[in-house]
Amino acid sequence: MKLDLRLPIGLMFAIFGAMLTLYGLVSSDAIYATSLGINVNLWWGLVLLAFGVVMLVLGRRGTRGGESGRGDGAGGTR
Amino acid sequence: MQQIHLGAIDYAILSIYFAFVLGIGWVLRRYVRSSEDFFLSGRSIPAWIAGLAFISANLGAQEVIGMGASGAKYGMMTSHFYWLGAIPAMVFVGIFMMPFYYGSRARSVPEYLKLRFDEKTRGFNAISFAVMTVFSSGISMYALAKLLELVLGWNFHTSVVLSAVVVLAYIFLGGLTSAIYNEVLQFFLIVMGFLPLVLLGLKDMGGWAGLTAKLETVATNAGYSAGAWSSSWRHLGSAGSNPMGVEWFGMVMGLGFVLSFGYWCTDFLVVQRAMAAESMTAARRTPLLAAIPKMLFPALVILPGMIAIALHVTNGGLLPIGSDGTPNYNLAVPVMLAHYLPSGLLGLGLTALMASFMSGMAGNVTAFNAVWTYDIYQSHIRPGQSDGHYLRMGHAATVFGILLSVAAAYATTRFNNILDMLQLVFAFVNAPLFATFLLGMFWRRTTGHGAFFGLLTGTAAAAIHHGLVLPQGAVVGLKGGFLGAVLHTYPSEMAQNFWTAIFAWSACFFATIAISLLTRRNKSDDELKGLVYALTPRLTDREMVWYKRPATLAVAVLGLTLVLNVIFW
Repeated sequence: MKLDLRLPIGLMFAIFGAMLTLYGLVSSDAIYATSLGINVNLWWGLVLLAFGVVMLVLGRRGTRGGESGRGDGAGGTR
Repeated sequence: MQQIHLGAIDYAILSIYFAFVLGIGWVLRRYVRSSEDFFLSGRSIPAWIAGLAFISANLGAQEVIGMGASGAKYGMMTSHFYWLGAIPAMVFVGIFMMPFYYGSRARSVPEYLKLRFDEKTRGFNAISFAVMTVFSSGISMYALAKLLELVLGWNFHTSVVLSAVVVLAYIFLGGLTSAIYNEVLQFFLIVMGFLPLVLLGLKDMGGWAGLTAKLETVATNAGYSAGAWSSSWRHLGSAGSNPMGVEWFGMVMGLGFVLSFGYWCTDFLVVQRAMAAESMTAARRTPLLAAIPKMLFPALVILPGMIAIALHVTNGGLLPIGSDGTPNYNLAVPVMLAHYLPSGLLGLGLTALMASFMSGMAGNVTAFNAVWTYDIYQSHIRPGQSDGHYLRMGHAATVFGILLSVAAAYATTRFNNILDMLQLVFAFVNAPLFATFLLGMFWRRTTGHGAFFGLLTGTAAAAIHHGLVLPQGAVVGLKGGFLGAVLHTYPSEMAQNFWTAIFAWSACFFATIAISLLTRRNKSDDELKGLVYALTPRLTDREMVWYKRPATLAVAVLGLTLVLNVIFW
């Protein structure tokens, strides 16, 4: 594989997740009037963070297999 | 409408996304050495990536904004685009058509037509396809810029230039691989960005039951029976009883058969993704794997539109009203984003929206530059040059295609629902082409003259039909009636498009048969090996585990789609 696509996907979502989670912790409750009073930044941030980390782990495992693990890493996830 | 003010965190998310998009193009640039790397990713893409790119390339403005707009304008019937149209067509392309596309080693859909028929059929298709992609990409660009202007108060021209430059940069650097990788990134972003909106909207409405109850008010206010906005099949008995103005025959034949099969089976924009797959099996599984998320997409793209219209009618005036007195349906999705999402998630939602526009544009531009370079430039203008020459041409075509798209962006201002316009273009180009493909792949007697003149007849039939009819309340011009007389008035643009497609397909189908019978075959059985069903050895998947075989996947996908149709009947 030229570039395991799961690495950039995982990295981007982990960054987004961390940003939103932190923002959810520090932002005032007033801005959540639009979202039915739920702190969606915090909760969805955690979801994104988890998704990003899973992708990163899968991507790392695929890359570490090297050329021989190429089929497993990139094509074998489904 | 009141404009949204983005916070620092929203801009940060948007900037990080742009950095990733450009970064992927930058990393992939060193893998582009030959024209096949640039146009076909060197045929090295695994099935799951090709599959996600397969739907993501189509997940442009037409999907997110158009399906949201249609969800508001026509309600649950919009799901027919998926459960009657796209899914069966994607299964068909994976099972029956991919063996010819991938097996023939054609580099594009027009090139398949050259192998199967002759040069003039290819030329005709290449030119009409090039025009169509430029229009589609223009629609994406226009919609994006218009949206940013309305919602964020950004300057229209700046937005056009910004989106054009970013897409140009990553395709220019990494070619199709870069487009495909970014499409997969965009796929996940769109799902993750829109899901919280849908969940919040449904919670606010009181679940599906609460939404249905509110949509009853929408339907009765508009003069239809109570369930017209929340059921897909029940009100298809006659054209007058549903907001789309279509009866079951026009729906099944026009959308389900001609338009959807025409689009998914012959449109190089999507087929190109499967052609880039690493093996025949991967190519066949590409559309089948793509069908699984695709069948759940109505929840992501149609539902926000339905929630928007429910809020608009019951809470009063959420959607801005256009100059003709109807709500501006194209704004349904952005208005929902602003209505439910706080700063932070709003940035993510807007980034997802921009991602969808960019994947739509990039898909069209990569398809355009392959068809332009292989099927027009290499075969008609400068044949026999070195591979490096065509690679440079591909780079130039990327710039050129984006400039043309910018020009096309301004032609789309006349339609209040961009999906209507897109279906119109498909009715002219893809609908007759699907008849040509069906005959070409399954009837070896089809001749080159038959295919070419059949296609001409089909496109002419589309133009004549479109020129003699009008949708209700429209003025003569781009929307029809330009041939002087208006013989029939359809209840909506959508109904008009479905029937234009039916006429175009039928005219092409019967003209191709008639002309083929009158002309001599130009290809022998031997030359047609691998191009026609009866002359191609059957693919046996026996060496594969049963659950990995394309046929098993196909049955599972169709079964699930049937269940969805029944649930939302």
